[in-house]
Amino acid sequence: MNERQVNDLVVTLVTVTNLLLAFLISGIVIWALGEDPWFALETMLYGAFGYDEGLGYTLYYTTNFIFTGLGFAIGFHCGLFNIGAEGQAYIGGLAVGLLCLWLENWSLWIVFPLAVIASIIFGGIWGAIPGYLKARHGSHEVVTTIMFNFIASVIMVYLLSHVLRPPQEMSPESRDFAENVWIPQMHEIFGWFGFEITQTPLNGTFFFALICLFLVWRFVWFTRWGYELRTVGTNESAAVYAGINVSKNIIIAMIICGGLSGFVGINEIMGSSHRIMLNFQAGIGFTGIAVSLIGRNHPLGILLAALLFGILYQGGAELSFEVQAIDRHMVVLIQGLVVLFAGALENLFRPQIEQFVKQVAIRTA
Amino acid sequence: MPNLAIQLTDINKNFGNVCANKNVSLTVKSGTIHGIVGENGAGKSTLMSVLYGFYQADSGSIAVLEKQTVIRSAHDAIQAGIGMVHQHFMLVDTFTVLENVVLGTESGISLKESLRASELELKRLEKEYHLEVDINATINTLPVGLQQRVEILKALYRGAEILILDEPTGVLTPQEADHLFRILDELREQGKTVILITHKLREIMAITDYVSVMRQGEMVAHRKTSETNREELAELMVGRKVLLRVDKAPANPGRTVLSVDNLDYKDNSGIHRLKDVSFEVHSGEIVGVAGVSGNGQSELLDIITGINPLQNGTIKINDQEITPESSVDAASMRRLGMAHVPEDRQRMGLVTSFAASENIILGYHKDPAYNGLIEMDSDAITKSCREQMEHFDVRPGNPLLRVSLFSGGNQQKMVVAREMERNTDLLVVGQPTRGVDIGAIEFIHRQIIAMRDANKAVLLVSVELDEILSLSDRILVMFDGQIMGEVLAKDANERDIGLLMAGIRKEAA
Repeated sequence: MNERQVNDLVVTLVTVTNLLLAFLISGIVIWALGEDPWFALETMLYGAFGYDEGLGYTLYYTTNFIFTGLGFAIGFHCGLFNIGAEGQAYIGGLAVGLLCLWLENWSLWIVFPLAVIASIIFGGIWGAIPGYLKARHGSHEVVTTIMFNFIASVIMVYLLSHVLRPPQEMSPESRDFAENVWIPQMHEIFGWFGFEITQTPLNGTFFFALICLFLVWRFVWFTRWGYELRTVGTNESAAVYAGINVSKNIIIAMIICGGLSGFVGINEIMGSSHRIMLNFQAGIGFTGIAVSLIGRNHPLGILLAALLFGILYQGGAELSFEVQAIDRHMVVLIQGLVVLFAGALENLFRPQIEQFVKQVAIRTA
Repeated sequence: MPNLAIQLTDINKNFGNVCANKNVSLTVKSGTIHGIVGENGAGKSTLMSVLYGFYQADSGSIAVLEKQTVIRSAHDAIQAGIGMVHQHFMLVDTFTVLENVVLGTESGISLKESLRASELELKRLEKEYHLEVDINATINTLPVGLQQRVEILKALYRGAEILILDEPTGVLTPQEADHLFRILDELREQGKTVILITHKLREIMAITDYVSVMRQGEMVAHRKTSETNREELAELMVGRKVLLRVDKAPANPGRTVLSVDNLDYKDNSGIHRLKDVSFEVHSGEIVGVAGVSGNGQSELLDIITGINPLQNGTIKINDQEITPESSVDAASMRRLGMAHVPEDRQRMGLVTSFAASENIILGYHKDPAYNGLIEMDSDAITKSCREQMEHFDVRPGNPLLRVSLFSGGNQQKMVVAREMERNTDLLVVGQPTRGVDIGAIEFIHRQIIAMRDANKAVLLVSVELDEILSLSDRILVMFDGQIMGEVLAKDANERDIGLLMAGIRKEAA
């Protein structure tokens, strides 16, 4: 094995071990509540994969997590800890919603690209301001991005309850968009080819998310802009030495973060709810941090981690529905354990696993 | 007092599959100064870390003062009577000398009480070993030479019989180093044992009684200092014959490539780092900047290379004038025809977690040769990396390997290769051989001279006086942000330059 393969193997084993540990402890808790952990696991996996409706929901959640996971990862490669995906998704979604309300008679083929641009601009601005404050004034992005989450939240509450709510409605939501700007849902897409599947919120945005994964991968590791970004994030002095503009890269990274997070609005608003709602982004932004960290900030890892969280969301909902002793708090506990072991305690068993892999490598060499 | 201070027997220490110490045995007699020399990575520091309890040996035994001792931590080492003066001082800058010495040995509830008790003891030590320092001075007001004295006092205060000094002269002027040697002499006289780790053979010859040579994790020779010489030691360190002097033809300076006029610089905290610095570098010559580290050389380098903004004065490169109004960065300086080997390759010259091929484009990543329309041309980059590795004998020659896995010498060769292969008119080099083994030093020196002989202008900044003396054609000496004097290399001697480095001009001396 060469050094890179050893490294990849260590990373994979570390992640898998941590996830197993999180599930083991969840199992013990379920057992302590007097339920059968195996049955719980079965229920969860069945809920996530066992039938087409469950699978649809799982992938629908996965789509959201891909966007916010990527939105965190780009910042991370530039040395930033962007915890503002929540607010960036909210504002990006606002842009998408406003555009759809405005251009609802236009063709989807025109509105969709405009929606992508709108969420890049709005989400991007929401990321760029903390980026600018960091680059020019040294304000820490963790503090500013979390504050921008609150600001976004207040703005949206105001807009939805005072401006966008139709007068006769009670709930703080905009009116529904006309149907021709709705992104086709998966059952419709399958229907075009003659397959029949159950209707779920899963929609065409899922494919867009896969494209984003690919583009981010090429951007970060294969372009000179990605190279600059990673240099700034890894060794700022070396970046200055190389004549790379650190401030510019920080701002650009935050714009990309905001844009990617804003795409959550496309999935949620254009693809599923078809109106702007309060808190449509709730929790997705924060989960994106865990997704990215567990996926080691690499698009492939993010895809897998986003899928894992999709399973936890959908399978967990099924679990709390089926098993009496388990309510939705239990599901939060499981998600929390995953974040704890795979994110925060990531390096708990790393030395042992490294030792083990190296010995295996020596023996097989 | 037992006759033997330290006996290390068959010490083995591995890090993964890297063998840092292999069956190392060492005997140090009481009351002597014992030098340990070796190239970087020869295992000197590992051995001392084993002795001082930072690492545990995989096998082997340690006897201190003829008593078998198990050393698991620095605390155990201190208990056994071993004191260590680290290369980078372990002092709290804002505390006084007294507070620093007492730190960690306070007793009782009241700090005041223990400080008062220590004061007497400390004063006695100062007197006994001629280590005068104002015990109420704050550390950051003291020059480095005195800070080092505080480190020594700290060790003595803790009852050290055996003192380990790790590269103690790296931060000192030649005069300060001489003073340190007098202190070490005094310690020897009083019956203390000193272990001196260094890579400077001059120091070994000047002060030690015995010397042990390490190479690639093994102890290769023990000598009585009076019965050996520099050439033999160098050969033992490297394992083959080395040229200590660099052969070069007389310089043939041509047109002015770099000229610096009235450069003035204040750092963020308002400290005047550069004062009215002016000089020129011509094609076909190497201008060396000597000085104790921290006297403005780094700031000078950073401004000339566009890393820090120019505040006052002008710089001219190839007749292009740069004033404080022109906005420049490292990239625009490169475009004017400058290549820059930075002082600190790990902090600035390389991104050590990136692959070698990604490092050879650092600073040149926008070069059309490396870029396609959107993505970079990884084949071209790898090819260019492979070529540079070949020309500069970088080992292993694998462009995909992470830079942190290369040795210091090979990392430095990569930086030097990247900057020299550009074939620019001006090469600015900071500490070209810091932490580099002798073999690589020789190679890099020859490359720098080859640049000069190809009619390029070279500005060389180094704190290694030997390096400045053997490479430069003209020498500028910096002290406290000023150029104290200029000496032609052929008339230069260590003593004169040493005085200039300490801020004493000839007229005044």
